Amino acid sequence: MTALRNAGQFRRIAPVCHDIAVGGQLLGLHDSGVVWWAEQQTLIVADLHLEKGSSYARRGVMLPPYDTAATLERLAMVIDAFDPARVIALGDSFHDAEGSDRLPAPYRAFLTTLQLNREWIWVTGNHDPVAPVRLCGECVDELTLGSFTFRHEPRPGAQPGEVCGHLHPAAKVRRYGRSIRRPCFATDSNRLILPAFGALTGGLNVMDAAFAELFPPRGFSAFMLGADRLYPFTASKLVAD
Amino acid sequence: MTELSHSALLPDRFHAWFKMRGWSPRAHQLALIDQLGRGSSTLLIAPTGAGKTLAGFLPSLIEISGAARRKPGSAKGAERSGVHTLYISPLKALAVDIARNLEAPVAEMNLAVQIETRTGDTPAHKRQRQKLVPPDILLTTPEQIALLLSDAAGMAMLSGVRTVILDELHALVTSKRGDLLALGLARLRQFSPDVRMVGLSATVAEPDDLRAFLMPQTNPDERRLSEVVTVTGGAAPDIRILESAERVPWSGHSARYALDDIYKQILEHKVSLIFVNTRSQAEMIFQDLWKINTETLPIALHHGSLDVGQRRKVEAAMSAGQLRAIVATSSLDMGIDWGDVDLVINVGAPKGASRLAQRIGRANHRMDEPSKAVLVPANRFEVLECRAALEASLTGGQDTPALRRGALDVLAQHVLGVACAAPFDADMLFSEIRACETYRHLDRATFDKVVDFVATGGYALKTYDRYAKLKRGPDGLWRIANPKVAQQYRLNVGTIVEAPMLKVRLVRSKAEGRKTPLGRGGRVLGEIEEWFVEQLTPGDTFLFAGEILRFETILENEAYVSRARSTSPMIPSYQGGKFPLSTYLADGVRRLIADPAHWPHLPGQVRDWLELQRLKSVLPRRDGLLVETFPRSDKHYLVCYPFEGRLAHQTLGMLLTRRLERLGARPMGFVANDYALSIWCLSDLSQMIGAGRLSLDALFEEDILGDDLDAWLAESSLMKRTFRTCAVIAGLIERRHPGQEKNGRQITVSSDLIYDVLRQHEPDHILLRATWNDAAEGLLDISRLGELLARIRGRITHTRLDRVSPLAVPVLLEIGREPVYGEAQDAILAEAADDLIEEAMA
Repeated sequence: MTALRNAGQFRRIAPVCHDIAVGGQLLGLHDSGVVWWAEQQTLIVADLHLEKGSSYARRGVMLPPYDTAATLERLAMVIDAFDPARVIALGDSFHDAEGSDRLPAPYRAFLTTLQLNREWIWVTGNHDPVAPVRLCGECVDELTLGSFTFRHEPRPGAQPGEVCGHLHPAAKVRRYGRSIRRPCFATDSNRLILPAFGALTGGLNVMDAAFAELFPPRGFSAFMLGADRLYPFTASKLVAD
Repeated sequence: MTELSHSALLPDRFHAWFKMRGWSPRAHQLALIDQLGRGSSTLLIAPTGAGKTLAGFLPSLIEISGAARRKPGSAKGAERSGVHTLYISPLKALAVDIARNLEAPVAEMNLAVQIETRTGDTPAHKRQRQKLVPPDILLTTPEQIALLLSDAAGMAMLSGVRTVILDELHALVTSKRGDLLALGLARLRQFSPDVRMVGLSATVAEPDDLRAFLMPQTNPDERRLSEVVTVTGGAAPDIRILESAERVPWSGHSARYALDDIYKQILEHKVSLIFVNTRSQAEMIFQDLWKINTETLPIALHHGSLDVGQRRKVEAAMSAGQLRAIVATSSLDMGIDWGDVDLVINVGAPKGASRLAQRIGRANHRMDEPSKAVLVPANRFEVLECRAALEASLTGGQDTPALRRGALDVLAQHVLGVACAAPFDADMLFSEIRACETYRHLDRATFDKVVDFVATGGYALKTYDRYAKLKRGPDGLWRIANPKVAQQYRLNVGTIVEAPMLKVRLVRSKAEGRKTPLGRGGRVLGEIEEWFVEQLTPGDTFLFAGEILRFETILENEAYVSRARSTSPMIPSYQGGKFPLSTYLADGVRRLIADPAHWPHLPGQVRDWLELQRLKSVLPRRDGLLVETFPRSDKHYLVCYPFEGRLAHQTLGMLLTRRLERLGARPMGFVANDYALSIWCLSDLSQMIGAGRLSLDALFEEDILGDDLDAWLAESSLMKRTFRTCAVIAGLIERRHPGQEKNGRQITVSSDLIYDVLRQHEPDHILLRATWNDAAEGLLDISRLGELLARIRGRITHTRLDRVSPLAVPVLLEIGREPVYGEAQDAILAEAADDLIEEAMA
């Protein structure tokens, strides 16, 4: 009954990153939406929202039950490309607190194989404030490694070096009378907010008020996700929804 | 009909009333009383002004006023206690208008008949009361029927219905609302098997389709048809094409050249209706007319995006005879009866012969006097289209669309509604649904898939069984899992999924130098599509509600605008209207062009234009396809003339561009209008064709509708928009209700993401099938494109030119006004992003 496909049948991802400095330390942004911290061989991914489909189904909204499969397949490709020693999942890894309990057996097994031979850290999020059940990995509310602090929700006034998710940043560009909206990384070089990685996760425009207390007005950049590269924009080039 | 049969059919009271009015009952009115008396469902086809509505209601008025009625609260007897007659119309406003019109005969004959309306605007307490004390005649909409049928009290109210009157049936059946209606009527027949259907329609191309729609179709081999009463005659309309001394433009849709002539027509008539095809055209003509309105004639504006209050004001002023002209879109195509209109001016392309006839019928509601109309073509191709439409109206040619196949998303909604009312047996429901003319082709496997979809989402991966909305009990009946499912259903009923709209609120301008925040709480002018506002940058000006407005900002779900000082607004891009040129008129236009014998009827300028085309290139043949190739500046153009309407052309453009890309022609973009398609490339197309490296027969081969189409659809935003509509109707995603927007957009699951996931993992899912069916008929017009490719096979004429041909000028002039397609999103991003790098280096 598995809908998972062998990752081998997909195009291989090139582990080529766009390097930027956050809090004075280098981090690599990847067009899949993950961050590669080469010095520590650490892969960072945010807002997987696994089992979002079944979370909605509980309320009678029958979204396609393929979101977990789609998300894990993509994650497997990324892990395959980088072969990290450590993975940090930046919170909202499951769409609700019971999500990890509902995880169908084949997906659980698949996820477990991804965790083999590497350190795995679940940072809690507002959707999944508790440690996932029957899965490997260490669960923390936040984590400080080197000069970086990894947490789910950005905290206004935080020390430089905050790496977080939660907001699902997306950016919009207008050109030739058309507008293009894509998920993006958002950073002012003190703080980095990752795009949501999950298959059914929408985005919040970085021009939204929610970002105003985190970045100086127009003093940040967005790196929009493209087919095989990132597209950098300064905030002044972006438009609101 | 003889005097004798008159008195037999018409009670004395009704006789006396006709006499008092100085009328005599018309033959078709009596025929309808006769047919309904025999218990027969009947279609009445009549031109406007024939007393169609009264004819529809007379049998009911006679029956109700002659029958005893059980008093509410008294003991149950043999008498009827529910609604006797249901009247269903495509427009809410029409129901209200008809209720008003029926009041006079009912009062004058002193009939004990209660008439009430029930629409989305009816207050809850009144709806509740109607369930307890139903009126005799209920005027309502297809959505309300669906709602009533989904609960026990509503079903009781409708269980005794004797007659259903379907007004403007030809308009009702062409949409998903028609599907919803058909399913509702099939339900109604289950507990009221003798119910008689009365269809009222203007002239249609295929009357048998409508006759079949009115009947239960129980025999798969033979269509059952209702009775039909046709009113022939009526004075032939007096139509002419405006002959202006001004030059008819090559392209564009503004008809500005004819403005003085239009104004002159308004001056010469009592009341003029000016029809245009799009909202932006309406805004523009209205604005321009007021600029030259030296007599300050009362001229008003009416279109669907204006604030309801404002629209009602215009309608009231019209009824009161205070207006000399209204500029309107299809929002006024149907229904509301204004006797005083003595001229219809149709600006722009008529698009279809029947559509034009309907519009012209708005003038002069007496059928024995000719309706008067003036057609104002906005460009040269439209002159040809107007000419073809005029000839069609002389010969009575009709081109109403063929009956549609019932949509699967609407079926899903209906199945849930049925379950909300009472547990159902799948076999019985299946045969009930197959009795609908529009669903008689439904196969059992598809039906079962739809039920499965409603229950658990219908996925091959069966993980949602424990959350099922419908469950099958040990008795074999399907029932809803809990009462919340019914609540969800009620919020979701209906087939109209609006494009996301923003309110337009007038505030004071930011640009006036104040540092204070924008003033809140200004007047709401109406609503405008989100996609349009998304194109605007603060400071841009546009026409709306008859004013030039300056876009300020978007706050929550409102677009803030201020009055602009500028005199030249940036005009909303012309979206071509929702209606593509009809196949029938397209053929008429091709015939006109191909045969110079028809040209003497055309204005001199247009004749010269065609003559030039004959000299410089060749004329498109009626049954073939002309393809021209020529260089222009540093690009190479391919222009073809399929005359199949903009939607089919856009789809063709997408597909040809992909193919040309593979063939190394390096296409850069394309633009389409209703008549032609132009693609431009970097490679020399003439040379490629000459050298045999590019075969036009292969390029236009029908297999383009296979893999190329599939590949393109994967990314097409049109397909995603269609999917969203289907998903909302089918109940997969919930409608956005007013007030919910504040929850933030990131919370609602984007239908685009659902589409991507579903397409990737279950490409044959029932909802994707529904989406495909819609796209084939609707936004992409794939069925029409298929017919075109079949028609032109082996009949392609290629001309190699060294410059643009006269016929190609209009479509090339569209470049810059129309959205240009064919550039990938990533290419645009790359270009924009590189700007940044250049800036950084500078």
